[in-house]
Amino acid sequence: MKRIKIPKLTFWGAVFWIIIVLGVYSTIVRFTKGLGAVTNLSDKFPWGLWIGFDVLCGVGLAAGGFVVAAAVYIFNLEEYKSILPSAILTAFLGYLLVIFALLYDLGKPWNIWHPIIMWNPESVMFEVAWCVMLYTTVLALEFSPMLFQKLRLETPRKIIKSITIPLVVAGVILSTLHQSSLGSLYLIVPEKLYPIWYSSNLPYLFFLSAVAVGPAMVTIESYLSSRAFRREIELHILSKLAKVTAVALMVYFVLKVEDIVNYKLFPYIFTFNYEAILFWLEFVIGVIVPIILLVNPKIRASKKGLFVAQFITVLGFILNRLNVSITALENYTQAGYFPKWTEISITLFLVALGFAAFRFIAKNLPVFPPEIEKRKSLSEGFEVIPVTEVFKEQN
Amino acid sequence: MSKYGILIDITRCIGCYACEEACAQRWGNPVTETHQLSSIQNTAVEDHDGIYVPRLCMHCEKPTCASVCPVGAFQKTKLGPVIYDPSKCLGCRYCMQACPFNIPKYQWNKTNPKVTKCDMCYDRIKNGEVPACVEACPAEARVFGIKEELIEEANRRIKENPETYYPHIFGLKEVGGTSVLYLADRPLHKLGFKAGIPEIPLSHFTEQIMSKIPNYIFWGGTLLFGIWWITKRRDEVQRLQRKLKEMEESNKKGDEK
Repeated sequence: MKRIKIPKLTFWGAVFWIIIVLGVYSTIVRFTKGLGAVTNLSDKFPWGLWIGFDVLCGVGLAAGGFVVAAAVYIFNLEEYKSILPSAILTAFLGYLLVIFALLYDLGKPWNIWHPIIMWNPESVMFEVAWCVMLYTTVLALEFSPMLFQKLRLETPRKIIKSITIPLVVAGVILSTLHQSSLGSLYLIVPEKLYPIWYSSNLPYLFFLSAVAVGPAMVTIESYLSSRAFRREIELHILSKLAKVTAVALMVYFVLKVEDIVNYKLFPYIFTFNYEAILFWLEFVIGVIVPIILLVNPKIRASKKGLFVAQFITVLGFILNRLNVSITALENYTQAGYFPKWTEISITLFLVALGFAAFRFIAKNLPVFPPEIEKRKSLSEGFEVIPVTEVFKEQN
Repeated sequence: MSKYGILIDITRCIGCYACEEACAQRWGNPVTETHQLSSIQNTAVEDHDGIYVPRLCMHCEKPTCASVCPVGAFQKTKLGPVIYDPSKCLGCRYCMQACPFNIPKYQWNKTNPKVTKCDMCYDRIKNGEVPACVEACPAEARVFGIKEELIEEANRRIKENPETYYPHIFGLKEVGGTSVLYLADRPLHKLGFKAGIPEIPLSHFTEQIMSKIPNYIFWGGTLLFGIWWITKRRDEVQRLQRKLKEMEESNKKGDEK
């Protein structure tokens, strides 16, 4: 009899399989016993971790796809082209996971397609549903050339290539709309949301933080995959992309300070309570520290420094979304919501599936450009001359 | 303006719970002792330090639930009631999140859950009957009728007994008006209602931003195409300039030779 080879189990491999087993268990309970059996949601607190993290954070963290696509195709910054496929893949998987998470969170997931035929244009949720649906389609189309290339299907690849620009424009518009609309969802609860987080600027704040966190996620994804696939990291591109994060966060900072003044929030943020502490954590970790770190050229030029700075940006972003969706409602509802372990296990399950899917696709499809030397020489050929120099030449 | 409404006079409620029983019967729900709105209780009489406060859906004139529902499962009918269609619902629970009175409840432990709330006995009203809770009330704490007449009646009661009533008809202006109106001897935020309910429909806050979307798509699309056009042209010019330089340099080299 042949011996069956047992594959070597690494630490992260073990973590992965534990998460999968717990996730499958929670999934079975969710779909056989209902939402009440796996969540701490209640009539008082109808939206919890799955909306706060899986949907609000999931969509935001996938913003790298549209930011990099806009840089490459709309602003014609060709040097970013080498990180575009992996950014698109991250975004595409991100959106698929959001939809997957919604299948758990929706009470009647088999009706998820209803917004296609049952319209209520007044509803922010209706708009988000349509934008997510359309943008996921756009991402699938933007991703498809990688698949066509692998399968050697030239005609469909050319067709997609010919509609790239309209596709990217549609992607940017749809992203702007629903990234901001996730904030608009909370505009209708002015009396429920804790004052620190309620503002008519919510859609703009959500959009800006998504633009900031998109490049941050691209950086983290590049860093992790450079380690996993033993590739060189595109540091010169990522450090330029970090400026996008820094500028978006600066505008965010100004807007938030404006809110603090306009809504007279000083008494709320300068008291010692649960909400004020979490607000300061969010604001310092997610806005102030990343700005300070990312404007420093030395940190931007170091692999570790850039990774740490962008990782902090992501943590702050997640804290912000959880604050808006959970912390800000605790005082009004007095529900004392904290997710049940099964709720957390499903969230981890989805994240683990995302990692596994990315690994599988990156190994099998041309997500990363083959040779770094070749690309370097290519990108140098298209080096963009700053606008000031262009004018200098003309004068 | 909707036709029918219910006037609830808290000073008259005696806490007999006959309305709760009638409501449970109408929906086929079990009778409970909790006296709180839940997925099996669409009306409840809350006890606030000896003052009985009947609760039910307010049937807003511009309902927040109907505004936020992505599939239009809620509808404000011409007769007044706000009704819910479970066959449309996808279970996102935005209605529960958004309702300023926290009325919609959820069947958390069902695998095919519904949102539950009072529908002002819509099928009974259509047949010319009054809602079950109103019919059951022995103290006339709930009165069903044409909304305008109910407002007149409420004003008459306040005018005739100024020492009994707090001079405010709750629901006349709250969130743009509701079909269920309240009279009490004190402000309702002292009787379990949340304070700070705005006097405009809450949908106003999202309308402002939603109305900008068509414009944004048009302007945004044009702007993005414009930027693409300009940057593409800039690249072409740069490439040509570079080529020109190279040619000049090679010419110079040729001249030197």
